[in-house]
Amino acid sequence: MNSKALIVTGVVIFLLIVLFPFWYMRGKAAPLPEVELTPKAKAAQKCVRSTEYMRAEHMQLLDVWRDSVVRESKRIYVNPDGKEFNMSLSNTCLDCHSNKAEFCDRCHNFASVRPYCWSCHIENPKEKS
Amino acid sequence: MLELALKGGKKYYGWMTFLMIFVGIGFLLYLRQLDFGLGITGLSRDTSWGFYIANFTFLVGVAAGGVMVVLPYYLHDYKAFGKVTILGEFLAISSVLMCVTFILVDLGQPMRIFNVFLYPTPNSVLFWDTIVLNGYLILNIIIGWNVLEAERNGVHYQSWLKPLIYLSIPWAVSIHTVTAYLYCGLPGRGFWMTAILAPRFLSSAFAAGPALLILCCLIIRRVSNFDPGREQIQSLAKIVAYAICINVFFFLCEVFVAFYSQIPEHMDHFKYLFVGLHGHGAYVPWMWASFILMIVGIILTVVPITRKNEGVLAVACVVIFLGTWIDKGLGMIAGGFTPSPLHEVNEYIPSLPEIGIALGVWAMGFLVLTALFKIAVSVKEETHG
Amino acid sequence: MDSSRRRILQLLGISALAATTKPVLNAFAKEEQAAGAEAVIKAGAKSLKARQWAMVIDTHKFESEADVEPLIEACHKIHNVPKLQNKNHEIKWLWGTHFHNAFPGKAARFLAEEVEHRPFLVLCNHCENPPCVRACPTKATFKRESDGIVFMDFHRCIGCRFCMAACPFGARSFNYRDPRPFIAETNKQFPTRMKGVVEKCNFCAERLAVGQIPACVEVSKGALAFGDLYDPASKVRELIRAHFTIRRKQILGTEPSVYYIV
Repeated sequence: MNSKALIVTGVVIFLLIVLFPFWYMRGKAAPLPEVELTPKAKAAQKCVRSTEYMRAEHMQLLDVWRDSVVRESKRIYVNPDGKEFNMSLSNTCLDCHSNKAEFCDRCHNFASVRPYCWSCHIENPKEKS
Repeated sequence: MLELALKGGKKYYGWMTFLMIFVGIGFLLYLRQLDFGLGITGLSRDTSWGFYIANFTFLVGVAAGGVMVVLPYYLHDYKAFGKVTILGEFLAISSVLMCVTFILVDLGQPMRIFNVFLYPTPNSVLFWDTIVLNGYLILNIIIGWNVLEAERNGVHYQSWLKPLIYLSIPWAVSIHTVTAYLYCGLPGRGFWMTAILAPRFLSSAFAAGPALLILCCLIIRRVSNFDPGREQIQSLAKIVAYAICINVFFFLCEVFVAFYSQIPEHMDHFKYLFVGLHGHGAYVPWMWASFILMIVGIILTVVPITRKNEGVLAVACVVIFLGTWIDKGLGMIAGGFTPSPLHEVNEYIPSLPEIGIALGVWAMGFLVLTALFKIAVSVKEETHG
Repeated sequence: MDSSRRRILQLLGISALAATTKPVLNAFAKEEQAAGAEAVIKAGAKSLKARQWAMVIDTHKFESEADVEPLIEACHKIHNVPKLQNKNHEIKWLWGTHFHNAFPGKAARFLAEEVEHRPFLVLCNHCENPPCVRACPTKATFKRESDGIVFMDFHRCIGCRFCMAACPFGARSFNYRDPRPFIAETNKQFPTRMKGVVEKCNFCAERLAVGQIPACVEVSKGALAFGDLYDPASKVRELIRAHFTIRRKQILGTEPSVYYIV
């Protein structure tokens, strides 16, 4: 009798904890992040690769860029449309997307991703130091 | 069998709590190191390896020393050691755990440790060191656990363990040889560039490891109903005696080579350690203490009257353990880096947080050692009591 | 009793395998796409090429600290090298030192006063047979096939400092703490480093890639020469032919690529 009460209590507490995301938000999902493009990014219309590709694969692309620049000393990326880019996070990506807080951080914070790239790569190349 | 580690008296739990305090302090200090960087240590641009790596090097030796009980029993049928092989194997496990932990706390980017496995580099001795150390750890866990469990159940251990046991013997020699190869293949470090470094590492290992084992045996006899045996302790003491003699002999060979040749670059490192160089001499009293301790250790273990007196033998073991720790730990590392490749003297003194973290690792190692020994001794008490 | 527990574990194992197979295969498929079957990676048109970059330093041109300071400033400024107060934690890619420190064991006796005090520039020698590359357990330090520069991959470095022990020239520095607070003026074109990694001179690889010579050479007013060691027509080969040169710790066989006209 005693054990049954304890076990049921335990199971209830467990379910409460595990189902927390569902009952706390009362069945609604948190709002998806909205990213802002800078005027320069809007004018460019297309990123290094297509938006769907960048959304899914930008980290893999950066890894390829890293190995090419560091290990093979090749710095030019020619995308499938024939456009050339200098393979640099701070000088190419952040040249257009200079609003890290309204662009990169929006999705990263939502997904609880904390890339430490910014420990080394300059996150505000446009600002005066 | 793990439950045997949880059944203990007040003294047992008192000792474990005492160790846990040091582990806790060490852990908190390590969190600070993770946050600030290795700058909280006394390390510098000139001396980039220090107290952590020194303790690592010494403990690889202690781990290898465990083979000194396994070898005579399994290869030469010295039946007396059958009682204590498990103690040697468990000592090896806790020592290797301490080694691996010292490496982890020494890394600047510990979260990237898996890069060593993701990008294997056969030309790097550090890569091989990682492999042999982890291999030795796994070997000893498998062998020790299964042999002890078989003993508890009153059966012979499984036959597939035999080849593993035979493998562990040369493997023990290899872990310390590879660790020595970390140092003796570096072209810019004259103090380490000697063929005798690996033999010296092994000789000091075979003195320090069994010395610690003797101390553990004496303590076990005191606190439990299991007696490792007078004969076993005396045989270990003879091994320690030979090993410490060889260690000091090797050291004197090094001194001769440096000072008879009169080559300044070779002499400078010894001068820095034993008489000071360019006004820096923090290590001088330590090095002389280490030498005296090792000589005292030789006398006490070689002379039969003192060796056979177990009280005096205990003192000898402490003295030898300390002497070899200073020699291989502090002396070898600091001496190798000072003077620097540009012939500058930038003295390295470990900082207090650094010592605190190191103590935490030692405490963790002794925690594991006590738990494992508790299990082994409980099994022996069960089966022979 | 045993067999039913075993049965449950078997079922769990197979379910886990079934549930994870597709996502794992998908992940592998994606990796190939990232490289992009249609994208091309190449070197810049203006990038300078060599089989082995080398440097010749004319030590006669440097008489005092004031002569070497502009070169060190140029290098440290564009590479965001921090200036730390604590000497233990200092980071230096290029610096000046005395003759018997730059060339220990080669100290000549009864040298002229001015030679005793002359600053000798020391830096990473980008050896052809580098012991630091041999030592690195992750290939974070490696010798580039394309141009012979001994380069650092800061993403991969685990901070073990084995390379620092291996370097016979003391050319490497470790970031004992976060360097950013100690960088006076950040060069936004170049990254900083983070705590816990080793760094050293990189022969200005980022400048070579866009057709510029290393910063220290540019500022040296001809005291430093830079070129391909294996191009008989290069400036470095010309100088090595014309003058007697020494290299640091030649006897160790690391084949340093930095030559000193003494």
